[in-house]
Amino acid sequence: MPLLWLRFALACYFIGLVYAFFALRRTSELFSRIALHAASLGMVFHFVSLVELFLSGQVLWALGHNGESLLGFLSMTFFMIIYAIYKTTSPGVVVFPFVFFLTFVAAVDQQPVLLTSFVKHKGWLIAHIILIFTGYAALVLSFGASLLYLLQERRLKAKKPSSLISFLPALETIDQIGYRSLLLGFPFMTLGLITGSIVAISAYGHVDFKDPKILLSILMWVVYMIMVFTRWNSGWRGRRAAVLATVTVVAAIVAWAANYFSTIHRFAS
Amino acid sequence: MRYQLIGVNHKSAPLEVRERLAIPESKLPDCCRDLTAHPGIEEAMIISTCNRVELVTHTTNGSADLRGFLHDHFHLKAEDLDPHLYEFREKDAVRHVFRVASSLDSMVVGEAQILGQVKEAYATARAVGALRGQLDQLFSRAFAVAKRVRTETAVGSSSVSIASVAVELAKKIFGSLHGKNVFIVGAGKMSELAARHLMAHGCGSIFVANRTYDRAIGLAQRFNGQAIKFEDLYNSCDRADIVITSTGAPHAIFRREHGEQFLSRRKNRPMFFIDIAVPRDVAAEMADLDGIFVYDIDDLQQAVSSHVADRRKEAERAEAIIAAEVEKFEARTHTLDVVPTIVSLQDHLETIRQAEIDRVRGRMGALTPEQEMAVEALTRGIINKVMHTPITTLKSAARESEATTVIDVVRRLFNLQLKQQAAPQPSGKKDEVGTRQ
Repeated sequence: MPLLWLRFALACYFIGLVYAFFALRRTSELFSRIALHAASLGMVFHFVSLVELFLSGQVLWALGHNGESLLGFLSMTFFMIIYAIYKTTSPGVVVFPFVFFLTFVAAVDQQPVLLTSFVKHKGWLIAHIILIFTGYAALVLSFGASLLYLLQERRLKAKKPSSLISFLPALETIDQIGYRSLLLGFPFMTLGLITGSIVAISAYGHVDFKDPKILLSILMWVVYMIMVFTRWNSGWRGRRAAVLATVTVVAAIVAWAANYFSTIHRFAS
Repeated sequence: MRYQLIGVNHKSAPLEVRERLAIPESKLPDCCRDLTAHPGIEEAMIISTCNRVELVTHTTNGSADLRGFLHDHFHLKAEDLDPHLYEFREKDAVRHVFRVASSLDSMVVGEAQILGQVKEAYATARAVGALRGQLDQLFSRAFAVAKRVRTETAVGSSSVSIASVAVELAKKIFGSLHGKNVFIVGAGKMSELAARHLMAHGCGSIFVANRTYDRAIGLAQRFNGQAIKFEDLYNSCDRADIVITSTGAPHAIFRREHGEQFLSRRKNRPMFFIDIAVPRDVAAEMADLDGIFVYDIDDLQQAVSSHVADRRKEAERAEAIIAAEVEKFEARTHTLDVVPTIVSLQDHLETIRQAEIDRVRGRMGALTPEQEMAVEALTRGIINKVMHTPITTLKSAARESEATTVIDVVRRLFNLQLKQQAAPQPSGKKDEVGTRQ
């Protein structure tokens, strides 16, 4: 059943995906509203899917693609928070395709991986997963905002009359969305790494820094920290901020992908 | 539908003529009363703005002497005024009112101000009792049409002046302009106008720098701002988010290195330069810097022209909406026109029926309740059958141009005409009521 709900959510997110491509070409208030409602409905299905999964007890045992599902849901939650504050659906241009991709992966290919060795550390493990994923979601949104900033900056610099009626919000609003997401994501990411270390120590007695997953996660955290610092200290925006955000997201993706190489983090029996 | 409209506007008359016709707000109620008292006029309303003066009336016979009213009221000779006047009647008058309210007849097509002005004129006419139904209907519909045009087309959505484009651009960069600082470099008229627009949209403080310091002080005082000595320009310019520059300098006064300094001091917060000087005050390479946005007079003018062209396209769509609305309004008015005739016809036949029943009742003697009901049903049935065809014909004719002829024929056939003439009221609508008595 969780899979069925997830597929309903996927169908709703598909409308968001279409909107994301449409919005880059032209503005439509109606389509924006439709996409927003579809995304909200998708979140309801997604939430039901996650709750069912949790109640079934699989969430602890099957990290496989449920992780992507959770990350997709958290990213969408961030998007909705931003919509509630700034009344703009434009971050959807980045968030909708990202969430659709994650949900798609989770909805079509479920391969539970057993976590037999972590049964006794449920609480820390759940905290670790949620904190890290919230950090990832914030990072994705910040990355999306930096791309939108670039796009809006180009439009304004190109001096095309259409720039005045573009669907994008004001440059400073996009900047605020990006910066606030970045600031919000950093403590989550930090706490996520700390709780992950606690889980690793309690399971293995030590943190293996040679493990690619752990090494890359720390590297990602350092890049993230540099990004927060430069943004706070020198107010980097535009191209430089976009480059830095791209590097951080690439680092995050690499750290994520390391799940497939790390025997420790994969939690295989 | 005996609407009649006469007037001048920015297209038909030069300013010298328009200003002679302009009616101050304080005199508008009296003028409205005078117009209503003019022979042949039932209802009247006057729209007087800087771009138009129009008398909108509903007349008793569709051909009141509105030109005569203008000549007498404004003491103008026919040869001076008449070449500039336009006059519309019936359907054309309705179309014109719809176009005016929807801002399609304005100098700047799509500007929002005219609707407010028409509403004020409507309120004034209403307050002095110059509206009694027909113009009420017309203007209520006109306001609804104007709203429809605004909602369904983008005729009023883009800015069409340099100052408003500058404000819009600033909003695209900064979002809200509340608390943003404006720096005026060179105290020219155009930069003052742009600054005024920005301040009206919530900008915070204003700084003014001019080569003549006294002029800077003068302008700063007008905005409650702060005058800056020209030699301190580069040290203080980074305090501003928006810089409006219009000096007469023969070369650029803001170069790339200045932009880099400003950005560094501002921690890369964006700056918007509105350069309305010719030759330009801001060097072209400034625009290459991330976070610096430069719009010169040509860029702003280009945006304005493009918006004007967009509005023209949208205006075509709006014209189609208005054409459809005029047809609808006409059909509705014609339907309302036949209603009093139908009611009089029903009353007339009912009177005959009652009279005939009373006449024969004496001969028939006392009737049982069942017999009374049977007679009632029989006579009503006959009347209904007789009325069916004329009523159907009237209703279908109401939607066509022959409505007036059909109404006239029905009145003559059933002798409604004679009663109408005998009635004391002069207006058509009141006549209809008269026939029912």
